[in-house]
Amino acid sequence: MTVLKDLAPPPKVEARPRAVGRRERWLLRLPLMPALIYVVVVTQIPFLVTLWYSFQNYFWDTPGGAKFNGLTNYTTVFKDTNFRGALVRSVVMTASAVILAMILGVAFAVLLDRKFIGRGVVRTLIITPFLVMPAAAALVWTGPMLDPNFGLVNYLLEPFGIHHVAWLSVHALGSVIAVMIWQWTPFMTLIVLAGLQSQPPDTLEAAKVDGAGAFATFRELTIPHLRPYIELGILLGSIYLVNTFDAVRLMANGGPGTSTTNIPFYLYQQVNNAFDVGGAAAAGVVTVILTIIIATFALRMFARVFQFEEAQG
Amino acid sequence: MTTVSAPGRLRQSAGQMGWAIVAWLVGIVFFLPVLWMVITAFKPESAAETWPPKFVFAPTLAEFRLVFSGMGPFLTHSVIATVGSTILVLLLSVPAAYALSVHPVKHWRDGLFFFISTKMLPIVAAIGPLYVIALKTHLLDSIWLLIILYTAMNLPLAIWMIRSFMLEVPSELLEAAQLDGAGRIREIGSVILPIISPGLIATALICVIFAWNELFLAINLTVTNAATMPMFLISSVPQEGLYIAHLSAAATVASVPVILVGWIAQRSLVRGLSMGAIK
Repeated sequence: MTVLKDLAPPPKVEARPRAVGRRERWLLRLPLMPALIYVVVVTQIPFLVTLWYSFQNYFWDTPGGAKFNGLTNYTTVFKDTNFRGALVRSVVMTASAVILAMILGVAFAVLLDRKFIGRGVVRTLIITPFLVMPAAAALVWTGPMLDPNFGLVNYLLEPFGIHHVAWLSVHALGSVIAVMIWQWTPFMTLIVLAGLQSQPPDTLEAAKVDGAGAFATFRELTIPHLRPYIELGILLGSIYLVNTFDAVRLMANGGPGTSTTNIPFYLYQQVNNAFDVGGAAAAGVVTVILTIIIATFALRMFARVFQFEEAQG
Repeated sequence: MTTVSAPGRLRQSAGQMGWAIVAWLVGIVFFLPVLWMVITAFKPESAAETWPPKFVFAPTLAEFRLVFSGMGPFLTHSVIATVGSTILVLLLSVPAAYALSVHPVKHWRDGLFFFISTKMLPIVAAIGPLYVIALKTHLLDSIWLLIILYTAMNLPLAIWMIRSFMLEVPSELLEAAQLDGAGRIREIGSVILPIISPGLIATALICVIFAWNELFLAINLTVTNAATMPMFLISSVPQEGLYIAHLSAAATVASVPVILVGWIAQRSLVRGLSMGAIK
Protein backbone atom coordinates (compact mmCIF):
# COMPACT_ATOMS: atom_id res chain seq x y z
CA MET A 1 0.00 0.00 0.00
CA THR A 2 1.62 3.18 -1.08
CA VAL A 3 0.86 6.38 0.68
CA LEU A 4 0.71 8.97 -2.03
CA LYS A 5 0.89 11.95 0.26
CA ASP A 6 3.33 14.01 -1.73
CA LEU A 7 2.25 12.97 -5.20
CA ALA A 8 0.29 16.10 -5.92
CA PRO A 9 -0.14 19.11 -3.68
CA PRO A 10 -3.75 20.30 -3.73
CA PRO A 11 -4.20 23.25 -6.07
CA LYS A 12 -4.53 26.53 -4.26
CA VAL A 13 -8.16 26.71 -5.09
CA GLU A 14 -9.11 29.69 -3.01
CA ALA A 15 -6.25 31.81 -4.27
CA ARG A 16 -7.55 31.72 -7.81
CA PRO A 17 -9.14 35.09 -8.55
CA ARG A 18 -12.72 34.89 -9.69
CA ALA A 19 -15.38 37.41 -10.36
CA VAL A 20 -18.01 37.18 -7.67
CA GLY A 21 -21.01 38.49 -9.50
CA ARG A 22 -24.45 37.06 -8.79
CA ARG A 23 -24.55 35.16 -12.04
CA GLU A 24 -21.04 33.87 -11.47
CA ARG A 25 -21.93 32.63 -7.99
CA TRP A 26 -24.84 30.67 -9.40
CA LEU A 27 -22.65 29.22 -12.12
CA LEU A 28 -20.32 27.99 -9.38
CA ARG A 29 -23.22 26.50 -7.47
CA LEU A 30 -24.90 24.90 -10.46
CA PRO A 31 -22.87 21.64 -10.54
CA LEU A 32 -23.50 21.17 -6.83
CA MET A 33 -27.26 21.55 -7.07
CA PRO A 34 -28.36 18.14 -8.44
CA ALA A 35 -26.54 16.23 -5.71
CA LEU A 36 -27.58 18.68 -3.00
CA ILE A 37 -31.25 18.59 -3.96
CA TYR A 38 -31.13 14.82 -4.30
CA VAL A 39 -29.68 14.31 -0.83
CA VAL A 40 -32.04 16.82 0.76
CA VAL A 41 -35.11 15.22 -0.84
CA VAL A 42 -34.17 11.60 -0.27
CA THR A 43 -32.60 11.84 3.18
CA GLN A 44 -34.29 14.81 4.86
CA ILE A 45 -37.92 14.43 3.77
CA PRO A 46 -38.28 10.97 5.33
CA PHE A 47 -37.12 12.49 8.62
CA LEU A 48 -39.67 15.29 8.37
CA VAL A 49 -42.35 12.71 7.68
CA THR A 50 -41.03 10.74 10.65
CA LEU A 51 -41.42 13.83 12.82
CA TRP A 52 -45.02 14.22 11.63
CA TYR A 53 -45.93 10.57 12.23
CA SER A 54 -44.41 10.70 15.69
CA PHE A 55 -47.41 12.81 16.76
CA GLN A 56 -49.94 10.52 15.09
CA ASN A 57 -51.72 7.37 16.13
CA TYR A 58 -51.15 5.19 13.08
CA PHE A 59 -51.17 1.41 12.84
CA TRP A 60 -51.18 0.31 9.25
CA ASP A 61 -53.06 -2.88 9.91
CA THR A 62 -56.05 -0.91 11.23
CA PRO A 63 -58.15 1.12 8.78
CA GLY A 64 -58.87 4.82 9.28
CA GLY A 65 -55.45 6.37 8.65
CA ALA A 66 -53.41 8.54 10.98
CA LYS A 67 -54.91 10.52 13.87
CA PHE A 68 -53.17 13.26 15.85
CA ASN A 69 -52.49 12.09 19.37
CA GLY A 70 -50.10 14.68 20.74
CA LEU A 71 -47.22 13.40 22.80
CA THR A 72 -48.72 9.98 23.50
CA ASN A 73 -46.18 8.17 21.34
CA TYR A 74 -43.34 9.90 23.14
CA THR A 75 -44.60 9.08 26.63
CA THR A 76 -45.05 5.47 25.48
CA VAL A 77 -41.52 5.37 24.10
CA PHE A 78 -39.97 6.80 27.25
CA LYS A 79 -41.91 4.32 29.40
CA ASP A 80 -40.95 1.42 27.14
CA THR A 81 -38.19 -0.53 28.88
CA ASN A 82 -37.50 -2.36 25.61
CA PHE A 83 -36.62 0.93 23.92
CA ARG A 84 -34.34 1.99 26.75
CA GLY A 85 -32.76 -1.45 26.72
CA ALA A 86 -32.22 -1.28 22.96
CA LEU A 87 -30.65 2.15 23.33
CA VAL A 88 -28.19 0.96 25.96
CA ARG A 89 -27.46 -2.19 23.96
CA SER A 90 -26.77 -0.16 20.81
CA VAL A 91 -24.20 1.87 22.71
CA VAL A 92 -22.63 -1.21 24.34
CA MET A 93 -22.47 -3.16 21.06
CA THR A 94 -21.07 -0.28 19.04
CA ALA A 95 -18.53 0.83 21.63
CA SER A 96 -17.21 -2.62 22.46
CA ALA A 97 -17.05 -3.71 18.81
CA VAL A 98 -15.31 -0.52 17.70
CA ILE A 99 -12.80 -0.51 20.55
CA LEU A 100 -11.90 -4.18 20.33
CA ALA A 101 -11.71 -4.06 16.52
CA MET A 102 -9.37 -1.08 16.85
CA ILE A 103 -7.11 -2.84 19.36
CA LEU A 104 -6.88 -5.88 17.07
CA GLY A 105 -6.50 -3.56 14.08
CA VAL A 106 -3.47 -1.83 15.62
CA ALA A 107 -1.90 -5.20 16.46
CA PHE A 108 -2.48 -6.57 12.95
CA ALA A 109 -1.23 -3.37 11.34
CA VAL A 110 1.99 -3.58 13.35
CA LEU A 111 2.38 -7.20 12.19
CA LEU A 112 1.82 -6.22 8.55
CA ASP A 113 4.08 -3.18 8.70
CA ARG A 114 7.19 -5.37 8.67
CA LYS A 115 8.45 -7.21 5.63
CA PHE A 116 8.07 -10.99 5.74
CA ILE A 117 7.48 -13.81 3.29
CA GLY A 118 3.96 -13.65 1.89
CA ARG A 119 3.03 -10.32 3.45
CA GLY A 120 0.69 -9.48 0.57
CA VAL A 121 -1.13 -12.78 0.94
CA VAL A 122 -1.56 -12.36 4.70
CA ARG A 123 -2.91 -8.85 4.20
CA THR A 124 -5.38 -10.21 1.66
CA LEU A 125 -6.48 -12.92 4.11
CA ILE A 126 -6.96 -10.36 6.87
CA ILE A 127 -9.06 -7.92 4.82
CA THR A 128 -11.38 -10.63 3.47
CA PRO A 129 -13.87 -10.70 6.41
CA PHE A 130 -14.72 -7.07 5.68
CA LEU A 131 -15.68 -7.99 2.12
CA VAL A 132 -17.98 -10.89 3.04
CA MET A 133 -21.63 -9.90 2.67
CA PRO A 134 -22.78 -9.17 6.26
CA ALA A 135 -25.87 -11.36 5.80
CA ALA A 136 -23.64 -14.21 4.60
CA ALA A 137 -21.24 -13.68 7.50
CA ALA A 138 -24.09 -13.75 10.02
CA LEU A 139 -25.58 -16.96 8.59
CA VAL A 140 -22.24 -18.74 8.18
CA TRP A 141 -21.31 -17.91 11.77
CA THR A 142 -24.72 -19.08 12.98
CA GLY A 143 -24.63 -22.45 11.23
CA PRO A 144 -21.29 -23.88 10.12
CA MET A 145 -19.22 -22.00 12.73
CA LEU A 146 -21.23 -21.72 15.95
CA ASP A 147 -23.81 -24.51 15.83
CA PRO A 148 -23.70 -26.35 19.19
CA ASN A 149 -23.82 -29.80 17.57
CA PHE A 150 -21.57 -29.63 14.54
CA GLY A 151 -20.00 -26.13 14.55
CA LEU A 152 -16.31 -25.73 13.79
CA VAL A 153 -15.73 -23.41 16.77
CA ASN A 154 -16.82 -26.03 19.29
CA TYR A 155 -14.66 -28.61 17.51
CA LEU A 156 -11.59 -26.37 17.71
CA LEU A 157 -12.26 -25.54 21.37
CA GLU A 158 -12.79 -29.13 22.47
CA PRO A 159 -9.10 -29.75 23.27
CA PHE A 160 -9.38 -26.84 25.72
CA GLY A 161 -12.17 -28.54 27.63
CA ILE A 162 -15.06 -26.61 26.09
CA HIS A 163 -17.84 -28.92 24.98
CA HIS A 164 -20.79 -28.20 22.72
CA VAL A 165 -21.53 -24.66 23.83
CA ALA A 166 -24.79 -23.27 22.41
CA TRP A 167 -23.15 -19.93 21.68
CA LEU A 168 -26.24 -18.16 20.40
CA SER A 169 -28.37 -19.20 23.36
CA VAL A 170 -25.88 -18.68 26.17
CA HIS A 171 -23.61 -15.94 24.81
CA ALA A 172 -25.80 -14.34 22.15
CA LEU A 173 -24.69 -10.74 22.70
CA GLY A 174 -21.02 -11.75 22.87
CA SER A 175 -21.36 -13.82 19.69
CA VAL A 176 -22.99 -10.99 17.76
CA ILE A 177 -20.31 -8.55 18.94
CA ALA A 178 -17.61 -11.07 17.99
CA VAL A 179 -18.92 -11.23 14.43
CA MET A 180 -19.06 -7.42 14.28
CA ILE A 181 -15.43 -7.33 15.43
CA TRP A 182 -14.46 -10.02 12.91
CA GLN A 183 -15.96 -7.98 10.08
CA TRP A 184 -14.57 -4.58 11.13
CA THR A 185 -11.05 -5.41 12.31
CA PRO A 186 -9.84 -5.45 8.66
CA PHE A 187 -11.13 -1.91 8.22
CA MET A 188 -9.23 -0.69 11.29
CA THR A 189 -6.14 -2.64 10.19
CA LEU A 190 -6.09 -0.94 6.78
CA ILE A 191 -6.46 2.55 8.23
CA VAL A 192 -3.84 2.08 10.95
CA LEU A 193 -1.49 0.38 8.47
CA ALA A 194 -1.74 3.41 6.19
CA GLY A 195 -0.84 5.51 9.23
CA LEU A 196 2.16 3.36 10.10
CA GLN A 197 3.44 3.47 6.53
CA SER A 198 3.17 7.23 6.36
CA GLN A 199 5.57 7.58 9.26
CA PRO A 200 8.71 9.41 8.14
CA PRO A 201 11.45 6.74 8.27
CA ASP A 202 14.17 9.22 9.22
CA THR A 203 12.47 10.04 12.54
CA LEU A 204 12.39 6.35 13.43
CA GLU A 205 16.00 6.02 12.30
CA ALA A 206 16.98 8.98 14.48
CA ALA A 207 15.25 7.42 17.46
CA LYS A 208 17.17 4.21 16.89
CA VAL A 209 20.46 6.09 16.65
CA ASP A 210 19.62 7.84 19.91
CA GLY A 211 19.33 4.39 21.44
CA ALA A 212 15.58 4.31 21.97
CA GLY A 213 14.12 0.81 22.32
CA ALA A 214 11.45 -0.48 20.00
CA PHE A 215 8.74 -0.17 22.64
CA ALA A 216 9.73 3.36 23.66
CA THR A 217 9.80 4.42 20.02
CA PHE A 218 6.35 2.96 19.49
CA ARG A 219 4.93 4.73 22.54
CA GLU A 220 6.65 8.08 22.09
CA LEU A 221 6.62 8.45 18.30
CA THR A 222 4.30 5.99 16.62
CA ILE A 223 1.22 6.28 18.85
CA PRO A 224 1.05 10.11 18.62
CA HIS A 225 1.54 9.86 14.86
CA LEU A 226 -1.25 7.27 14.62
CA ARG A 227 -3.71 9.27 16.69
CA PRO A 228 -5.63 10.93 13.84
CA TYR A 229 -5.78 7.61 11.99
CA ILE A 230 -7.16 5.87 15.06
CA GLU A 231 -9.71 8.66 15.57
CA LEU A 232 -10.79 8.39 11.94
CA GLY A 233 -11.17 4.61 12.21
CA ILE A 234 -13.21 4.87 15.41
CA LEU A 235 -15.41 7.59 13.93
CA LEU A 236 -16.18 5.83 10.65
CA GLY A 237 -16.48 2.44 12.33
CA SER A 238 -19.05 3.84 14.77
CA ILE A 239 -21.10 5.42 11.97
CA TYR A 240 -21.47 2.05 10.28
CA LEU A 241 -21.63 -0.24 13.31
CA VAL A 242 -24.33 1.69 15.15
CA ASN A 243 -26.65 0.61 12.32
CA THR A 244 -25.81 -3.08 12.72
CA PHE A 245 -28.88 -5.05 11.75
CA ASP A 246 -27.91 -8.12 9.73
CA ALA A 247 -26.03 -9.93 12.50
CA VAL A 248 -28.72 -9.16 15.11
CA ARG A 249 -31.60 -10.25 12.89
CA LEU A 250 -30.00 -13.33 11.37
CA MET A 251 -27.92 -14.70 14.26
CA ALA A 252 -30.24 -14.18 17.18
CA ASN A 253 -33.37 -12.38 15.96
CA GLY A 254 -32.87 -9.90 18.78
CA GLY A 255 -32.96 -12.62 21.43
CA PRO A 256 -32.97 -14.74 23.41
CA GLY A 257 -35.56 -12.47 24.99
CA THR A 258 -34.35 -9.02 24.07
CA SER A 259 -30.69 -9.72 24.88
CA THR A 260 -29.40 -8.67 21.44
CA THR A 261 -32.09 -6.15 20.48
CA ASN A 262 -30.44 -2.90 19.42
CA ILE A 263 -32.14 0.21 18.01
CA PRO A 264 -32.25 -0.90 14.36
CA PHE A 265 -33.79 -4.23 15.32
CA TYR A 266 -36.22 -2.58 17.76
CA LEU A 267 -37.49 -0.25 15.04
CA TYR A 268 -37.70 -3.12 12.57
CA GLN A 269 -39.90 -4.98 15.05
CA GLN A 270 -42.08 -1.96 15.74
CA VAL A 271 -42.81 -1.55 12.05
CA ASN A 272 -42.96 -5.19 10.94
CA ASN A 273 -44.48 -6.97 13.91
CA ALA A 274 -46.37 -4.29 15.82
CA PHE A 275 -47.38 -2.29 12.70
CA ASP A 276 -46.89 0.74 14.93
CA VAL A 277 -45.76 3.51 12.56
CA GLY A 278 -46.41 6.27 15.08
CA GLY A 279 -44.55 4.53 17.89
CA ALA A 280 -41.62 3.64 15.63
CA ALA A 281 -41.54 7.24 14.40
CA ALA A 282 -41.37 8.62 17.95
CA ALA A 283 -38.60 6.16 18.81
CA GLY A 284 -36.89 7.20 15.59
CA VAL A 285 -37.08 10.89 16.48
CA VAL A 286 -35.59 10.24 19.93
CA THR A 287 -32.82 8.21 18.27
CA VAL A 288 -32.13 10.98 15.77
CA ILE A 289 -31.95 13.62 18.51
CA LEU A 290 -29.48 11.52 20.49
CA THR A 291 -27.52 10.89 17.29
CA ILE A 292 -27.36 14.60 16.53
CA ILE A 293 -25.92 15.27 19.99
CA ILE A 294 -23.23 12.63 19.43
CA ALA A 295 -22.72 13.64 15.80
CA THR A 296 -21.96 17.23 16.77
CA PHE A 297 -18.92 15.97 18.62
CA ALA A 298 -18.16 13.53 15.83
CA LEU A 299 -18.26 16.25 13.18
CA ARG A 300 -15.88 18.37 15.24
CA MET A 301 -13.56 15.38 15.39
CA PHE A 302 -13.95 14.95 11.64
CA ALA A 303 -12.97 18.54 11.00
CA ARG A 304 -9.87 18.10 13.15
CA VAL A 305 -8.83 14.85 11.49
CA PHE A 306 -9.27 16.16 7.98
CA GLN A 307 -7.55 19.43 8.72
CA PHE A 308 -4.61 17.42 9.91
CA GLU A 309 -4.62 15.41 6.71
CA GLU A 310 -4.87 18.42 4.46
CA ALA A 311 -2.14 20.25 6.31
CA GLN A 312 0.10 17.27 5.65
CA GLY A 313 -0.82 17.02 1.99
CA MET B 1 24.43 2.05 9.02
CA THR B 2 24.72 -0.36 11.92
CA THR B 3 26.86 -3.41 11.38
CA VAL B 4 25.39 -6.64 12.67
CA SER B 5 27.64 -9.42 13.90
CA ALA B 6 27.14 -13.00 12.71
CA PRO B 7 25.18 -14.27 15.76
CA GLY B 8 23.25 -11.02 15.72
CA ARG B 9 22.23 -11.63 12.15
CA LEU B 10 21.21 -15.17 13.05
CA ARG B 11 19.04 -13.86 15.87
CA GLN B 12 17.57 -11.29 13.53
CA SER B 13 16.59 -13.84 10.91
CA ALA B 14 15.13 -16.09 13.62
CA GLY B 15 13.12 -13.08 14.75
CA GLN B 16 11.96 -12.49 11.20
CA MET B 17 10.93 -16.12 10.94
CA GLY B 18 8.93 -15.87 14.18
CA TRP B 19 7.30 -12.67 12.98
CA ALA B 20 6.26 -14.32 9.72
CA ILE B 21 4.84 -17.35 11.55
CA VAL B 22 2.76 -15.21 13.92
CA ALA B 23 1.48 -13.06 11.04
CA TRP B 24 0.55 -16.09 8.96
CA LEU B 25 -1.22 -17.70 11.91
CA VAL B 26 -3.26 -14.54 12.51
CA GLY B 27 -4.14 -14.33 8.83
CA ILE B 28 -5.24 -17.96 8.64
CA VAL B 29 -7.32 -17.79 11.83
CA PHE B 30 -9.05 -14.68 10.54
CA PHE B 31 -9.69 -16.23 7.17
CA LEU B 32 -10.86 -19.55 8.60
CA PRO B 33 -14.62 -18.81 8.63
CA VAL B 34 -14.49 -17.83 4.96
CA LEU B 35 -12.50 -20.95 4.13
CA TRP B 36 -14.93 -23.09 6.11
CA MET B 37 -17.86 -21.51 4.27
CA VAL B 38 -16.31 -22.44 0.90
CA ILE B 39 -15.36 -25.97 2.06
CA THR B 40 -18.85 -26.61 3.44
CA ALA B 41 -20.36 -25.41 0.17
CA PHE B 42 -18.75 -28.36 -1.63
CA LYS B 43 -20.06 -30.94 0.85
CA PRO B 44 -23.07 -33.12 0.29
CA GLU B 45 -25.71 -32.10 2.82
CA SER B 46 -25.23 -35.28 4.83
CA ALA B 47 -21.54 -34.54 5.35
CA ALA B 48 -22.12 -30.94 6.45
CA GLU B 49 -23.82 -31.63 9.77
CA THR B 50 -21.61 -34.21 11.43
CA TRP B 51 -19.68 -34.46 14.66
CA PRO B 52 -16.76 -34.27 14.45
CA PRO B 53 -16.84 -31.99 11.39
CA LYS B 54 -15.63 -33.75 8.24
CA PHE B 55 -12.50 -32.48 6.55
CA VAL B 56 -12.26 -35.29 4.02
CA PHE B 57 -15.28 -35.93 1.84
CA ALA B 58 -16.26 -36.43 -1.79
CA PRO B 59 -16.81 -32.88 -3.06
CA THR B 60 -19.98 -32.22 -4.99
CA LEU B 61 -21.39 -29.32 -6.97
CA ALA B 62 -24.96 -30.36 -6.16
CA GLU B 63 -25.63 -27.45 -3.79
CA PHE B 64 -24.14 -24.92 -6.19
CA ARG B 65 -26.41 -26.24 -8.92
CA LEU B 66 -29.39 -25.82 -6.63
CA VAL B 67 -28.30 -22.28 -5.74
CA PHE B 68 -27.79 -21.24 -9.36
CA SER B 69 -31.19 -22.58 -10.34
CA GLY B 70 -32.96 -20.59 -7.63
CA MET B 71 -31.15 -17.28 -7.47
CA GLY B 72 -31.97 -15.88 -10.94
CA PRO B 73 -34.42 -13.08 -10.03
CA PHE B 74 -32.52 -12.15 -6.85
CA LEU B 75 -29.29 -11.84 -8.78
CA THR B 76 -30.95 -9.70 -11.46
CA HIS B 77 -32.41 -7.36 -8.84
CA SER B 78 -29.09 -7.05 -7.02
CA VAL B 79 -27.19 -6.32 -10.22
CA ILE B 80 -29.73 -3.69 -11.33
CA ALA B 81 -29.84 -2.00 -7.92
CA THR B 82 -26.06 -2.05 -7.56
CA VAL B 83 -25.12 -0.94 -11.07
CA GLY B 84 -27.99 1.53 -11.36
CA SER B 85 -27.28 3.25 -8.06
CA THR B 86 -23.53 3.35 -8.73
CA ILE B 87 -24.01 5.04 -12.12
CA LEU B 88 -26.41 7.55 -10.59
CA VAL B 89 -23.94 8.23 -7.76
CA LEU B 90 -21.15 8.96 -10.23
CA LEU B 91 -23.35 11.23 -12.36
CA LEU B 92 -24.33 13.28 -9.31
CA SER B 93 -21.07 13.24 -7.39
CA VAL B 94 -18.62 14.28 -10.13
CA PRO B 95 -20.19 17.75 -10.66
CA ALA B 96 -20.76 18.15 -6.93
CA ALA B 97 -17.18 17.25 -6.09
CA TYR B 98 -16.05 19.70 -8.78
CA ALA B 99 -18.08 22.48 -7.18
CA LEU B 100 -16.50 21.66 -3.82
CA SER B 101 -12.90 21.49 -4.97
CA VAL B 102 -11.75 22.89 -8.31
CA HIS B 103 -13.95 25.99 -8.45
CA PRO B 104 -15.31 25.87 -4.93
CA VAL B 105 -18.55 27.52 -3.95
CA LYS B 106 -18.32 29.99 -1.10
CA HIS B 107 -19.46 27.62 1.65
CA TRP B 108 -17.78 24.49 0.33
CA ARG B 109 -16.80 23.40 3.83
CA ASP B 110 -20.40 23.55 5.04
CA GLY B 111 -21.47 21.64 1.94
CA LEU B 112 -18.99 18.86 2.65
CA PHE B 113 -20.10 18.59 6.25
CA PHE B 114 -23.76 18.61 5.30
CA PHE B 115 -23.18 15.60 3.06
CA ILE B 116 -21.29 13.67 5.69
CA SER B 117 -23.81 14.53 8.38
CA THR B 118 -26.50 12.71 6.38
CA LYS B 119 -24.41 9.55 6.81
CA MET B 120 -24.67 9.98 10.56
CA LEU B 121 -28.45 10.19 10.66
CA PRO B 122 -29.55 6.62 11.19
CA ILE B 123 -31.77 5.71 8.23
CA VAL B 124 -33.29 3.01 10.43
CA ALA B 125 -35.04 5.76 12.38
CA ALA B 126 -37.17 6.66 9.37
CA ILE B 127 -38.00 3.13 8.24
CA GLY B 128 -41.71 3.23 9.12
CA PRO B 129 -42.40 6.50 7.28
CA LEU B 130 -40.16 5.36 4.42
CA TYR B 131 -42.45 2.36 4.07
CA VAL B 132 -45.51 4.61 4.00
CA ILE B 133 -43.92 7.00 1.49
CA ALA B 134 -42.96 4.07 -0.74
CA LEU B 135 -46.48 2.68 -0.48
CA LYS B 136 -48.10 5.98 -1.43
CA THR B 137 -45.72 6.62 -4.34
CA HIS B 138 -46.19 3.03 -5.59
CA LEU B 139 -42.50 2.39 -5.20
CA LEU B 140 -42.83 -0.36 -2.60
CA ASP B 141 -41.19 -3.59 -3.70
CA SER B 142 -39.78 -1.91 -6.79
CA ILE B 143 -36.17 -1.93 -7.92
CA TRP B 144 -36.35 1.84 -8.48
CA LEU B 145 -36.83 2.41 -4.78
CA LEU B 146 -33.62 0.53 -3.99
CA ILE B 147 -31.73 2.44 -6.69
CA ILE B 148 -32.95 5.76 -5.25
CA LEU B 149 -32.10 4.86 -1.66
CA TYR B 150 -28.73 3.23 -2.37
CA THR B 151 -27.75 6.33 -4.35
CA ALA B 152 -28.52 8.53 -1.35
CA MET B 153 -26.64 6.10 0.89
CA ASN B 154 -23.43 6.19 -1.19
CA LEU B 155 -23.52 9.75 -2.51
CA PRO B 156 -21.84 11.50 0.47
CA LEU B 157 -19.01 8.97 0.47
CA ALA B 158 -18.50 9.36 -3.28
CA ILE B 159 -18.47 13.17 -3.13
CA TRP B 160 -15.82 13.20 -0.42
CA MET B 161 -13.75 10.63 -2.22
CA ILE B 162 -13.93 12.15 -5.71
CA ARG B 163 -13.22 15.57 -4.24
CA SER B 164 -10.00 14.25 -2.75
CA PHE B 165 -8.96 12.95 -6.17
CA MET B 166 -9.83 16.25 -7.86
CA LEU B 167 -7.68 18.15 -5.37
CA GLU B 168 -4.73 16.22 -6.72
CA VAL B 169 -5.16 17.39 -10.29
CA PRO B 170 -2.16 19.68 -10.85
CA SER B 171 -3.32 23.29 -10.98
CA GLU B 172 -0.99 24.03 -13.92
CA LEU B 173 -3.08 21.70 -16.07
CA LEU B 174 -6.27 23.49 -15.08
CA GLU B 175 -4.72 26.87 -15.74
CA ALA B 176 -3.44 25.72 -19.12
CA ALA B 177 -6.91 24.54 -20.06
CA GLN B 178 -8.34 27.87 -18.94
CA LEU B 179 -5.84 29.76 -21.08
CA ASP B 180 -6.92 27.61 -24.01
CA GLY B 181 -10.38 28.93 -23.44
CA ALA B 182 -11.84 25.65 -22.24
CA GLY B 183 -15.24 25.99 -20.61
CA ARG B 184 -16.30 24.21 -17.44
CA ILE B 185 -17.60 21.17 -19.23
CA ARG B 186 -14.47 20.73 -21.35
CA GLU B 187 -12.36 21.29 -18.27
CA ILE B 188 -14.11 18.41 -16.53
CA GLY B 189 -14.35 16.20 -19.60
CA SER B 190 -10.90 16.50 -21.10
CA VAL B 191 -8.64 17.51 -18.20
CA ILE B 192 -10.08 16.30 -14.91
CA LEU B 193 -11.87 13.06 -15.77
CA PRO B 194 -8.95 11.40 -17.58
CA ILE B 195 -6.66 12.15 -14.63
CA ILE B 196 -9.02 10.99 -11.92
CA SER B 197 -10.39 7.94 -13.76
CA PRO B 198 -8.56 5.47 -11.47
CA GLY B 199 -10.14 7.35 -8.57
CA LEU B 200 -13.56 7.12 -10.17
CA ILE B 201 -13.15 3.38 -10.54
CA ALA B 202 -12.11 3.09 -6.90
CA THR B 203 -15.16 5.12 -5.88
CA ALA B 204 -17.45 2.98 -8.00
CA LEU B 205 -16.05 -0.18 -6.42
CA ILE B 206 -16.75 1.08 -2.90
CA CYS B 207 -20.31 1.99 -3.91
CA VAL B 208 -20.76 -1.46 -5.46
CA ILE B 209 -19.61 -3.15 -2.24
CA PHE B 210 -22.03 -1.24 -0.02
CA ALA B 211 -25.01 -1.53 -2.39
CA TRP B 212 -24.46 -5.22 -3.05
CA ASN B 213 -24.28 -6.06 0.66
CA GLU B 214 -27.20 -3.92 1.87
CA LEU B 215 -29.96 -5.77 3.71
CA PHE B 216 -31.93 -3.49 6.05
CA LEU B 217 -33.67 -1.40 3.40
CA ALA B 218 -34.18 -4.37 1.10
CA ILE B 219 -35.75 -6.53 3.79
CA ASN B 220 -38.11 -3.76 4.91
CA LEU B 221 -39.13 -2.35 1.55
CA THR B 222 -39.13 -5.26 -0.87
CA VAL B 223 -40.93 -8.59 -1.03
CA THR B 224 -40.51 -10.41 -4.33
CA ASN B 225 -40.30 -7.96 -7.23
CA ALA B 226 -37.09 -6.40 -6.00
CA ALA B 227 -35.70 -8.88 -3.44
CA THR B 228 -31.88 -8.89 -3.55
CA MET B 229 -29.11 -11.42 -2.93
CA PRO B 230 -28.96 -10.96 0.86
CA MET B 231 -32.64 -11.88 0.92
CA PHE B 232 -31.93 -14.91 -1.26
CA LEU B 233 -29.52 -16.00 1.46
CA ILE B 234 -32.20 -15.71 4.10
CA SER B 235 -34.59 -17.71 1.94
CA SER B 236 -31.98 -20.47 1.70
CA VAL B 237 -32.44 -21.21 5.40
CA PRO B 238 -35.54 -23.43 5.63
CA GLN B 239 -37.72 -23.88 8.70
CA GLU B 240 -36.65 -27.51 9.03
CA GLY B 241 -34.34 -30.11 7.52
CA LEU B 242 -30.65 -30.06 6.68
CA TYR B 243 -29.52 -26.83 5.06
CA ILE B 244 -25.93 -26.09 6.08
CA ALA B 245 -24.27 -27.07 2.79
CA HIS B 246 -26.94 -25.30 0.79
CA LEU B 247 -26.62 -22.15 2.90
CA SER B 248 -22.82 -22.23 2.55
CA ALA B 249 -23.06 -22.53 -1.21
CA ALA B 250 -25.51 -19.63 -1.37
CA ALA B 251 -23.33 -17.52 0.94
CA THR B 252 -20.26 -18.30 -1.14
CA VAL B 253 -21.97 -17.34 -4.40
CA ALA B 254 -23.38 -14.14 -2.87
CA SER B 255 -20.05 -13.08 -1.34
CA VAL B 256 -17.56 -14.02 -4.03
CA PRO B 257 -18.18 -11.09 -6.42
CA VAL B 258 -17.50 -8.50 -3.74
CA ILE B 259 -14.57 -10.43 -2.29
CA LEU B 260 -12.93 -10.55 -5.72
CA VAL B 261 -13.64 -6.86 -6.34
CA GLY B 262 -12.13 -6.03 -2.95
CA TRP B 263 -9.03 -8.14 -3.52
CA ILE B 264 -8.41 -6.46 -6.86
CA ALA B 265 -9.08 -3.00 -5.45
CA GLN B 266 -7.07 -3.45 -2.24
CA ARG B 267 -4.98 -0.38 -2.83
CA SER B 268 -7.89 1.94 -3.35
CA LEU B 269 -9.95 0.31 -0.62
CA VAL B 270 -8.33 2.19 2.24
CA ARG B 271 -8.62 5.51 0.50
CA GLY B 272 -12.25 4.93 -0.31
CA LEU B 273 -13.14 3.70 3.15
CA SER B 274 -11.47 6.69 4.76
CA MET B 275 -13.39 8.89 2.30
CA GLY B 276 -10.23 10.17 0.74
CA ALA B 277 -8.60 11.18 4.03
CA ILE B 278 -5.86 8.60 3.62
CA LYS B 279 -4.06 8.70 0.34
